[in-house]
Amino acid sequence: MSSSRDRLMPLKRLALATVAVLAAGSVWAQSTAFPGIGRAATPKEVQAWDIDVRPDFKGLPKGSGSVQRGQDVWEAKCASCHGVFGESNEVFSPLVGGTTAADIKTGRVARLTDPGFPGRTTLMKVATVSTLWDYINRAMPWNAPKSLSTDDVYAVTAFLLNLGGVVPDNFVMSDANIAEVQARMPNRNGMTTNHGLWSGKTMGNGGRPDVRATACMSNCAVEPTVASFLPDFARNAHGNLAEQQRLVGPQLGADTTRPPGSAARPAAAAPSAGPSAATQAALALARGNNCLACHGVDNKVVGPGLREVARKYAGRADAVTYLTEKILKGGQGVWGAIPMPAQTLADADAKAIAQWLADGAKP
Amino acid sequence: MPDPFDTQRPGRLIKAPENFIGPEGVKTVFREAKEGRRDFIRNAFAAAVAAGGTAAAGGAAAQANPVPADGGDPNILNLPAHTTGLGQGVVTDGYGLPSKYEKNVQRRQSPGLTQTTQASVSFAPLQSLFGIVTPSGLHFERHHQGWWDIDPSKHRLMLNGSDERLMKKPMVFTMDELMRLPQVSRFHFIECGANSGMEWGNVAVPTCQYSHGMISCSEFTGVPLKVLLDMAGTDTKRARYVLAEGADGSSMTRTIPMELIESGEVIVAYGQNGEMLRPENGYPLRLVVPGIQGVSWVKYLRRIEVGDKPYATKDEAIHYIDLMPDGLHRQYSGIQECKSVITTPSGGQVLLDKGYYTVSGLAWSGRGKVRRVDVSADGGRNWRTATLQGPVMDKCLTRFTLPWVWDGKPALLQSRATDDTGYVQPTYRQLRAVRGTRSIYHNNAIQTWLVQESGEVKNVQLS
Repeated sequence: MSSSRDRLMPLKRLALATVAVLAAGSVWAQSTAFPGIGRAATPKEVQAWDIDVRPDFKGLPKGSGSVQRGQDVWEAKCASCHGVFGESNEVFSPLVGGTTAADIKTGRVARLTDPGFPGRTTLMKVATVSTLWDYINRAMPWNAPKSLSTDDVYAVTAFLLNLGGVVPDNFVMSDANIAEVQARMPNRNGMTTNHGLWSGKTMGNGGRPDVRATACMSNCAVEPTVASFLPDFARNAHGNLAEQQRLVGPQLGADTTRPPGSAARPAAAAPSAGPSAATQAALALARGNNCLACHGVDNKVVGPGLREVARKYAGRADAVTYLTEKILKGGQGVWGAIPMPAQTLADADAKAIAQWLADGAKP
Repeated sequence: MPDPFDTQRPGRLIKAPENFIGPEGVKTVFREAKEGRRDFIRNAFAAAVAAGGTAAAGGAAAQANPVPADGGDPNILNLPAHTTGLGQGVVTDGYGLPSKYEKNVQRRQSPGLTQTTQASVSFAPLQSLFGIVTPSGLHFERHHQGWWDIDPSKHRLMLNGSDERLMKKPMVFTMDELMRLPQVSRFHFIECGANSGMEWGNVAVPTCQYSHGMISCSEFTGVPLKVLLDMAGTDTKRARYVLAEGADGSSMTRTIPMELIESGEVIVAYGQNGEMLRPENGYPLRLVVPGIQGVSWVKYLRRIEVGDKPYATKDEAIHYIDLMPDGLHRQYSGIQECKSVITTPSGGQVLLDKGYYTVSGLAWSGRGKVRRVDVSADGGRNWRTATLQGPVMDKCLTRFTLPWVWDGKPALLQSRATDDTGYVQPTYRQLRAVRGTRSIYHNNAIQTWLVQESGEVKNVQLS
């Protein structure tokens, strides 16, 4: 910023000019002040986004909801993925099961000490009721997060806890009594922070590792006996490993479609082409309209896989009309009891997806 | 002294019983792998030993580069079209793509691991990668409620306090503003806390893509979070916890210790490997928390709250908690301890012939730098220190290599990393003695690959 005029001044004014140059240097910002960057958040903005609820219930909005109301919301919005009783393992891990009345008394879920007990449900693990409230409020339902009212979040939380026997059938949960619910959480005493994996000073043991190994270099005491490996006929369970390795290199992939020992250099076949343009377009529509939240391309998720639908209606003359209507208006009973709700996509999009299905949903 | 790395002395013969589990047993193996039980396979192993199980048969594939009978390789003698024709022009692709012959190098899902693709994982193909940087398109994915491609001009970052006394001035930033602030670029690994989680109880997956592929390493560019919290006037005496929150449907939240922010390491990042973050990795903004498990690196970052207590969010109260043998769960466990894996040769690969190979792999530590990596070819009885390729950086992948001559005999390859705190990567036996087999998270045990006489490499665990 020093101007060239300053430097052309007579020698006797040089000292003064130097001061001017140094002063001009202050345009280089201090490292902690960044004028013009960022602004104060308005209270309205903070309220819109600050939705977290802590274990001490800081952030919990006032409201209430009954177990009975929770059941209605559950059956409409939650049961299709989690099961009518929160027990389903089809889409997500089970929420309910594995806790007892004795656990509610002790605050420790006894079955967590039983290595033979299959799986762990949410209610077996969670120690804090705030966690359930916060998560249901911020992320549920699966395909429409943050759409539940505050009272419905209370109601669904109460219903879920009722399924686990934590609160009675006639319970109405609210900000006023949630602390009493906390005192009944089956695994409320089941957490520990006494470990070395927290990197702050406020919790944990200061970062001290729990497993101490030494780096022995020769004649080390080991038992190099193979105790576990994949059996041969499971070797292809992750697909043909030959197709999961680069075509060239020091090692090639094992052709796991063939028995062990028969592996040889696979032919450097031309790479297969990707999906066709029609399929890419149809899948983009399916993705953009949230179809894939419930339908896999090949496999059932909540509803049938798209290719399963295509196979079922292959050869049906009015397949495009029929499937367009099913997409727009929904249906129930063809693929099971879980209903597909009516969808709000453009008619043309629905028809395009139906056309792709009717054409066989080719790769 | 036995020395497998510079002599051709015969390797140890490790008999590997084959074909001892009936087809119905496969399902059990996979199911019990999830449940963390190894009884089934241990019992089956005992039965196979009693029945006199046999070793893998068959020698290595034939010499891979023979001279044809007519005295010359047709790939040399017959000039190909690319040598005798005109190639393609510039800007065929405005944003270039890998060779079509690299189609096998893909991130992949593990079949049956999850029922949806939106709350799922894809694994990076470690077996095909060089050096330490993960190409952005091959970076492992973990989504909790599906990924989005968010318009950066509409994305905002908010800072606030759990009460008004903890932050003088709650603030809002646009991407333009964040990108005007002083930036840093640093190389760090990101590893999912559940990486290798399927292997706690027993072997469940065939290749290092699935056993270790929930790790990637990038150069991240962004603003230290400390700079932003200082601008907002944070009471760091009381606010010892930081909540990071995403803008996606799951609005992922995790509690992070203020100590990490104060160290200057935690970055609010928009850049990855010279370009912007990929949408699958949180475009346009994610948190970078070096050394800490990936779930804390909140994607689509929309809000940072400072607080005086931890938050017990879903992913630190229901998931990402480590079940110990006494039935307690460890909560707020974040550090990814020192770990390594040999990526070539590794499971699912086939050595085509005896002779020279470079054993090559990756090592890392969430507590600092990798100090040393040792490699064994005899299941851990004898070790040789590998060469670390520089630069060796803090909380970053480090590539190690060691020359090896394969004599055609079965070999049990292992790597063992030590970090600059002196911590040594444990064996499965050492890890399980403390943590049992049901943890899911933070499995950093030594990996073993069995090189069979056929040349095919297999994922195994020792006892």
